[in-house]
Amino acid sequence: MKLLFSNPVSFAAAARRHRGINPPDHKQASLRSVLMDMPLPRLLYFPLCLTGKEPAYPLVKPGYSVLKGQLLAASTDGNDNLVHASTSGRIVALASHPRPDPFGSNGETLILEADGEDRWIALHPATDWQTLPATEIRSRICRAGIDERNDCGLSRWNHARQPEILIINALETEPYLTADQALIRSHAKELLTGAGILQLACGALRCIIAITSEKSDAIAALYTALQESGQQAGIEVMVLPPRYPITDRQLIDAVTGGRVPVEQPESERGAVLADVTTTMAVRDAVIDGRPMLSRVTTVCGNTLRTPKNFRALLGTPVGFLLELCGIDYQNLDRLVMGGSLTGFTLHSFDVPIVKSSTCVIAAAAGEFPAPVTAGPCIRCDACVPSCPVGLLPQNLYQAVKNERQDLMTGLRLDDCIECGACAYVCPDHIPLVQYFRAGKAVLSREARQIELSEYRSKRFEARRQRLARDTAMRRGSRRRSVARPENPDIQDSGLKTFSRTRAREEIAAAVARVQQRRRNAGKATARPRDPDQDGRS
Amino acid sequence: MVGMPVPALWLSGLTLLVVAIAGLVLAWRLCRWLGRESRRQRQDLSEQINRLLPQTQCGQCGYSGCAPYAQALAGGDAINRCPPGGERTIQRLAELLQRPVVRLDPTHGIEQPARIAFIHEEQCIGCTKCIQACPVDAILGAPKFMHTVIARECTGCELCVEPCPVDCIDLLPMPTVGEPHWQMPERDFLSSSSSEVRLAREVGR
Ligand code: SF4
Ligand code: SF4
Ligand code: SF4
Ligand code: SF4
Ligand code: SF4
Repeated sequence: MKLLFSNPVSFAAAARRHRGINPPDHKQASLRSVLMDMPLPRLLYFPLCLTGKEPAYPLVKPGYSVLKGQLLAASTDGNDNLVHASTSGRIVALASHPRPDPFGSNGETLILEADGEDRWIALHPATDWQTLPATEIRSRICRAGIDERNDCGLSRWNHARQPEILIINALETEPYLTADQALIRSHAKELLTGAGILQLACGALRCIIAITSEKSDAIAALYTALQESGQQAGIEVMVLPPRYPITDRQLIDAVTGGRVPVEQPESERGAVLADVTTTMAVRDAVIDGRPMLSRVTTVCGNTLRTPKNFRALLGTPVGFLLELCGIDYQNLDRLVMGGSLTGFTLHSFDVPIVKSSTCVIAAAAGEFPAPVTAGPCIRCDACVPSCPVGLLPQNLYQAVKNERQDLMTGLRLDDCIECGACAYVCPDHIPLVQYFRAGKAVLSREARQIELSEYRSKRFEARRQRLARDTAMRRGSRRRSVARPENPDIQDSGLKTFSRTRAREEIAAAVARVQQRRRNAGKATARPRDPDQDGRS
Repeated sequence: MVGMPVPALWLSGLTLLVVAIAGLVLAWRLCRWLGRESRRQRQDLSEQINRLLPQTQCGQCGYSGCAPYAQALAGGDAINRCPPGGERTIQRLAELLQRPVVRLDPTHGIEQPARIAFIHEEQCIGCTKCIQACPVDAILGAPKFMHTVIARECTGCELCVEPCPVDCIDLLPMPTVGEPHWQMPERDFLSSSSSEVRLAREVGR
C-alpha cells in the first residue's frame, strides 16, 4: 500500500500557469448524513432522447409488465444509449415529459408505474471475476448501459493501444458535489474491486485513484480498505491539492509526472480515465451481472432541512428526492441540476434522475448571486489565468460574439471544458460559458452541415452513375439483340427484347393454356379456387 | 543578299522556313496548354464552389443539380439563386468569388428550415414515380408495393412531391434530436448601446 502525493513541483508549476479558482465550499451540509437508499417512488420516468446522445428506441409498449433490470429501450447503434427498468412494474405511457437538459424541453419518455415488489430479471453473477477474460468483462460492461462521460474512457478501449495507467477520478472539485466522497466513505472496498476489474479489462499496468486533499474521511476509508485487501497491490491513491477545476489533461499530467504525451488524440494517450460512479457500476455489472440502475446523487441547497446523498434509482423525479429531504417550497428560488458552476436550471419537479445527474441543488433566495446585467469586456484579462486549459476567454468571447468561425477554431474553442471558471472571475459578469456553448453549437452545426452535404453529393453522383450504367446497358443489349437474338445473357439480365416469332409463339402458348384449363373445368366442375373460372361463372 | 551564292540563299530560306514552322508549332502548343490550364482552373473553382453549396439537389436554381450550378457560377452566373443555401451560402460564395453580397433572388424560392419527405404509406399505390424523381435515391419501394423515404438520405428537395399521383408525400420538419441548441445570450445591454451612441456621435459629426 502506498499513499502518493502529487509531484509538488510539476503540479504547482501547472497550477501557476492555469490557476483555476477556489470558490467557497458548500460540501459540509450534505456530508453530515450517510449515504441513504430511498423508498420507491410511484412513477419513474425514462427519457429516450438526451442531449448529445443517440436517441433510444423503445422495446416495450404501454401496458407491458417489466422486471427490474429489463432493457426498455436501446439506440440503433448498439451500446451508446441503453435504458433499463430500475424497478419492476407496468409501463403506463410513452409520452412527452420534461427531461434533464438546460433548455427546459420535453421529450419522449417511457413512464413506469412501480408495483412495489422490486422483482429482478434473471441475473448471471460471476463470483470469480479474476478468472474472466478481458473481452468477457468488457462485454458485461457494455451490456450494463454504463454511461460514459469521460472522454478518454471505456467506449474507446477497443481502439486504444494498451494503456499504461488507469486513473480513477475522485477529485469532485465542484463546490456542492459530495456524491463521490459519500460513496467512497461507505464503499471503499467495492471501489477498489471496481478499479481492479477495470484494470484487468483495459490491461493497464498501474491504477491510481486521484482524490483531493480535503476529503480526509474518504482518503482514510480508502487507506483502510487498501490495507485490508493486501493482494490488490497494483492500486495506489494520489492526493492532489483542492482547486476548481482540474481537467483531464492536468490530471494525467499530475499523475504521470507529464510523461504521457497528452497532445495526442485520446485513444493513444496511454491513460484511461474513469469516474467513481462508473467504477462502482462496473463492479456491479461484472460481479453481480446487474445493469446500471441507480447512481449516487447529492441533494442539497439551503431550502432543504436535511441535505443528503441518495442512492437514487434512475428515473426518480427530482421532486420526490427533494420531498424526502424536507424542502421548504416557500423559500425556493432556483432548482439546479449538476453542480453550481456547470449545472443548469430545472423548470419542473418532474425531471427524472439520469445517469449523469450528479447533484440537485434547491437553492434559497440569495444562495446564488442574483443575475446582473453584463457589462462590456474591459479586457482586464482576469479570465486568462483562471482558465485551466490555457485558452484566452476574452478573445474567444469576441470571436463568438462576432461569429468568426475561423477565430473560434484558431483559439481552440473545442478544447473549452465549459467549467465556468472564467465567468466566475469576470468582474463584468459576462456569461462567457453561455457564449462558448453557443459558439460550439455553431461549429458543430457547421461541421454537421459539411458532412451532410458531402454525403449528399456522393449519393447524387452515385445515382448519376447508376443511370448512366442503366442507359449503357439498355443500349448495349439492344444492339446485341439485333445481332444475336437468342443470347442467353440477355434473358438472364431480365431485360425484354422483342422478337416477332417468339411473341407469336408465346401468345399461342398462352391461348393453349387457357383452352386446356377450360376443358379441365368442363370435366371437373368442383374447382372453386381457380381464378379464371371464378371470373367467368 | 545580292552578293550571296545561290546555295547559301537556299539555305537561309530553308532555315527561315524551319524556324517559322517550329515557331508556329510552339505557339499552337502554348495555346492548347493555356486553354487546358484555364479549363483546369475553372474545374478546380467549380469544385470549390460545389463544396459550398448545400447539395440539396433540388434544382430551384434553374440547373439540374448543385454541380451544374457550381459550373455556371464558375462561369460568372449570379450567386443568389440557391434558396436552400440561403444567406449563409451567398455569404460564402461572395467571399470565395470576391463579389458583393446580395439578397436571395425570390424568383427562385425562399429560404426555409430543413425538411424531409414523408410518405403516408397507407395511401401509396406503388407507382414508383417518386423513385424516378428522387435525385439521391432516398426512396425505397417496388412496383405495386408500399414506398417509403429513408430519412437519413433525404435532402428535402421536394422533387418527389409533384409526380405523386395520389398526393401522399408530405414534407415534415427535419427532426433534431440529441443536438444541442444553445442560444447566444441576449446582447449585453451596455456594450451595444454605448457603441451605438458612439457611432451616432461619429456619424453625426
Ligand atoms: S474577465 Fe471579463 S472583462 Fe476581464 S477580460 Fe475577461 S471577459 Fe473581459
Ligand atoms: S469555461 Fe472554457 S474558457 Fe472558461 S475557464 Fe473553463 S475551459 Fe477556460
Ligand atoms: S438551388 Fe441550391 S440546393 Fe438546389 S440544386 Fe441549386 S444549388 Fe443545389
Ligand atoms: S425523398 Fe423526395 S424530398 Fe427527399 S430527396 Fe428524394 S425527392 Fe427529395
Ligand atoms: S409517387 Fe406516390 S403513390 Fe407513387 S410510389 Fe411514390 S409515394 Fe407511392
